[in-house]
Amino acid sequence: MGAETPALRVEGLWTGYDGRPALEDVTFSIERGCLAGLVGPNGSGKSTLLRTILGLQRPWRGQVWVFGGRPERRRLGYTPQTESIDWAFPITVFEVALMGRYGHLGLLRRPGKRDRQVAWQALERVGMADKARRRIQELSGGEQRRTLIARALAQEAELLLLDEPFAGLDAPVQHDLLHLFQDLAAEGKTLLVATHDLSCVATHFDHAVFLNRRVIAFGRLEEVLREDVLQETFQRHLLLLSRGGQIYAEHP
Amino acid sequence: MPNILDALREPWTLAFMQRGVLAACLASVVASVVGCYIVLRGMAFIGDALPHAAFSGVAAAFLAGANLYVGGAVGALVTAFVIGLLARRGALKHDTAVGIVFVAAFALGVLLASRRSSYTVDLFSFVFGNVLAVGWQDIWLMALLGGIVLALVALFWKELLIVTYDPNMAAALGVPVNLVQQGLLALVALTSVIALKAVGIVLVAALLVTPAATGQLLARSLPGMMAWAVAVGLLSAVGGLYAAYYADVSPSAAIVLMATALFTLALLLSRTRARLRTRAFARSGGPAA
Repeated sequence: MGAETPALRVEGLWTGYDGRPALEDVTFSIERGCLAGLVGPNGSGKSTLLRTILGLQRPWRGQVWVFGGRPERRRLGYTPQTESIDWAFPITVFEVALMGRYGHLGLLRRPGKRDRQVAWQALERVGMADKARRRIQELSGGEQRRTLIARALAQEAELLLLDEPFAGLDAPVQHDLLHLFQDLAAEGKTLLVATHDLSCVATHFDHAVFLNRRVIAFGRLEEVLREDVLQETFQRHLLLLSRGGQIYAEHP
Repeated sequence: MPNILDALREPWTLAFMQRGVLAACLASVVASVVGCYIVLRGMAFIGDALPHAAFSGVAAAFLAGANLYVGGAVGALVTAFVIGLLARRGALKHDTAVGIVFVAAFALGVLLASRRSSYTVDLFSFVFGNVLAVGWQDIWLMALLGGIVLALVALFWKELLIVTYDPNMAAALGVPVNLVQQGLLALVALTSVIALKAVGIVLVAALLVTPAATGQLLARSLPGMMAWAVAVGLLSAVGGLYAAYYADVSPSAAIVLMATALFTLALLLSRTRARLRTRAFARSGGPAA
């Protein structure tokens, strides 16, 4: 596995806003086909990192490689935080999924039969095909996430960047979503999921990147889920409890 | 019965009413379509600003003896460009940029107009609108500009849709977001010029916003929203002119108030529909299978 080029490699990345750094010398890599968590407290730079990988935020210094090359928009799927989306917009679930095809079309060309097919398959994959004609306003929180993930899948992207997909979801809905992520990873997709929910990552993810402006640690979960890493990442935002060789963590 | 039919037919036997209804319908259709993007992006303020800015262009063209529509279009387009430029720098919030630029442009128009000792009727008709004074030349120009605007909307449908709905995603997919946003402002600028003579500077904003807002209440997709908006726009234009003819009131004000009445009706309708659904839900004892 070590010889294979990683799905994502970030090296010495600096960026920020108004001359103030939000990310400092960020370096890590993620293997292909794994479910990786991007973990850190609010304001740790998770969204900024995803936006920089996507090319929405200009790096001051440093480099990003996706599958060994320059980031190609087609190979990157992205789901933004749900708050950034206008859910009152008059648009159907299917039309949102179809937007994933726009990057393949170029200017002036309309989506064709194959694009519709791919969008439809993406909706089937996330279990939203029966709600394809619904207006997005009528969706529940879990259905909203699934619709955005379908859009990323319709891009036929190999690497998916997901920004806080669990925020505001009930535990059972979170679980369903986690299973979908695990299945997608098993099919060979690589997922980088930004979250501040440590328990989700601890129980279901293969890899994690711990971020608090700098990378505190990255790698296989069993190697990086350590007390010192958690302390340094979350600082005052986390309560740690050590008992019988197990570490218990909680957000106060 | 023939009396009612005659009463319905009577206004349209007059040539100025025929031209008036054509002009009002043209302006309504284009403004309703473009207005959908304005309402969805929450930039109703720009629908007020660009018509005001168009006035400075009209005044300048009036003084120079040039074509008033061309002058208005140049004024509105330049203003739209400057607003886009200021807002993109990120130093100013969008509505602050709009506020600064459009008032300056409007003041420039007033300044230019005040060079003449008295406002002439011609210039005044752009401030308050006088749909019954449009000539055939005006109508041809409105149709040409309107055709261009609608063709551009159809041509760049996918780009306008994704930039309006989710600009972040659009940028991530490689859509030139700034260019599309600037283009949208240009479309609003052209639409303002089309509607200027029909309803006047002050009321163009109503044609841009009210029918589109009505459409948003009733439709589940953007094409549906546009179809409703156009229907409301056309109904307002025709209904407003009837009111103007029989009650002898300002046609532009009547058109706008007709649109407001239709919006209110749609609002009540959508509220009632939501309430009925809630009641049905409660009666069925929970979520339906």
